[in-house]
Amino acid sequence: MLRYALKRLISLLISLAVASVVIFAVIEVAPGDPASFMLGVNAQEDTLAALRAELGLDGSKMQRYLNWVGGMLVGDFGTSYTYRTPVSQMIADRLWVSLPLALYALTLSTVIAFPAGIYAAARRGKPGDLVVMGSTQLGIAVPNFWFAMMLVLIFAINLRWFNAGGFVGWSNGMWAGLHSLTLPAIALALPQAAILARVMRSALLDILGEDFMRTARAKGLSRRQALWRHGVRNALIPVLTIIGLQFSFLLAGSIIIEQVFYLPGLGRLVFQAISARDLIVVESVVMLLVFAVITVNFLVDLAYAAVDPRLRSRT
Amino acid sequence: MSRNLFLGAFLSSLVVLAALISFVWTPYDYAALSIPEKLQPPNAQHWFGTDHFGRDMFSMIMVGARTSIAVALVAVGIGMALGVPLGLTAAARKGSWLDEVIMRGNDLVFAFPSLVIAILITAVFGAGAINAIIAIGIFNIPVFARITRGAALSLWEREFILAARVSGKGAARISAEHILPNVANLLIVQGTIQFSLGILAEAGLSYVGLGAQPPTPSWGRMLADAQTMVSFAPHLALIPGVAIIVTVLGLNLLGDGLRDWLDPRIRVARA
Repeated sequence: MLRYALKRLISLLISLAVASVVIFAVIEVAPGDPASFMLGVNAQEDTLAALRAELGLDGSKMQRYLNWVGGMLVGDFGTSYTYRTPVSQMIADRLWVSLPLALYALTLSTVIAFPAGIYAAARRGKPGDLVVMGSTQLGIAVPNFWFAMMLVLIFAINLRWFNAGGFVGWSNGMWAGLHSLTLPAIALALPQAAILARVMRSALLDILGEDFMRTARAKGLSRRQALWRHGVRNALIPVLTIIGLQFSFLLAGSIIIEQVFYLPGLGRLVFQAISARDLIVVESVVMLLVFAVITVNFLVDLAYAAVDPRLRSRT
Repeated sequence: MSRNLFLGAFLSSLVVLAALISFVWTPYDYAALSIPEKLQPPNAQHWFGTDHFGRDMFSMIMVGARTSIAVALVAVGIGMALGVPLGLTAAARKGSWLDEVIMRGNDLVFAFPSLVIAILITAVFGAGAINAIIAIGIFNIPVFARITRGAALSLWEREFILAARVSGKGAARISAEHILPNVANLLIVQGTIQFSLGILAEAGLSYVGLGAQPPTPSWGRMLADAQTMVSFAPHLALIPGVAIIVTVLGLNLLGDGLRDWLDPRIRVARA
């Protein structure tokens, strides 16, 4: 296990290094000089040079890459070109919205998908199964941002149960914060829940055909007992993998949902940065998202290998 | 023919037909402004109503279908054109450094969700339909490379491939003449699924302003415009949304139906 973990860790580090080079190289291609963009066309050459030095824009490409990566390793993401504040501070502020939103959505999606998938598998081919499968087919087809707009129309504009947008901030208490994240979380969660419910159902159906399930029934367990004790437990392994993958998709997906609800999260940060050509912010947010995806996949692989030793030989 | 296949083919062809007809005929000029007629709900003259500039929604939906289909289709084409040869090569050289490089490269691209690729491209080159195509296309490459490699690997173990090798054919020729035709079904099914994911991705990208730019109509853009008017003109948000759902649902059903019809053993990856 330790050998496997070490091997996976090395490939994680290589992936991160290559990803950072790719992101840096793409941003390097961008036309224009941030310093002259900030100071305008009439800026003096010496002021420009001073600003470039301040922003760390002088020096060779190699030097700047190493500065960027070295800085990130110690939590220094550089200084925003437009706000002149540390990027790490900006990202940290926004993460307090995006991360809870993604976790909230992940919880909702799991809470909805588990019972739905188990129910559908237990009633395979019966009307209940068809209803669940039909709804998940529809759920996969619904764009989450459109679903979000419909939620706003019904629950914010007509019923007035929620605000149509904005975030009250955690300073008003956890419940107020969660309340204002509820509609966005539902919008993010439902399409993911549809996928997860289908995975749960098919994983469970695979297990139900296994010999040990028949043995469980033969030794006297009821259908329900066998399903829960042996079926669901074994089906959890593939399902947990998908949940891990979904977390990174939810974090990226929240970027779009934040636009619908005017939430001050990573999404708004990155879109504002794009229009202001604040490339260092774009660069850092993208690196952070890719880091999240790669790291979550790594953790899922490790968890998987810890549960199922057969997977350790596969790299 | 299964019910899924029939319904999927029906819904998909409805959308494709609307897109094709829009080249020769739309009820109104999709770009013609007519302020006196603005914000009408669906009625006999304007079947889907009009938007805040008095433009005919039905015509815009038809032309928008064109944008969605073009972006998603070309993105699938990019994914297949690059992903399939990579997957075939990796399988033919299984275990070699080339296989390793291709698969690690795949993992790396997988770590960039299409939205993140789009953000990077847009930050550098600006927004536009072409950049949306590239972003979704890049995302598709590892999907096709992986399933092609997986399917090809098991084919390489088969006896008819051994026969081809004994008869003196090289790896490249075997891949093209024997492996590729045998993974074609799988590619068609996965292609349909990626097509539907591409429609969703395009809508999302143009909703946040990273996709097709005005005046090119696109469903995601129409939804973005509708957002501030949803309280007094809900049809502006409802109709493009339903158009997206019908298209994606149709393609998904078509994909599932094709899989059952062509080869029930195929397993499709759904991201």
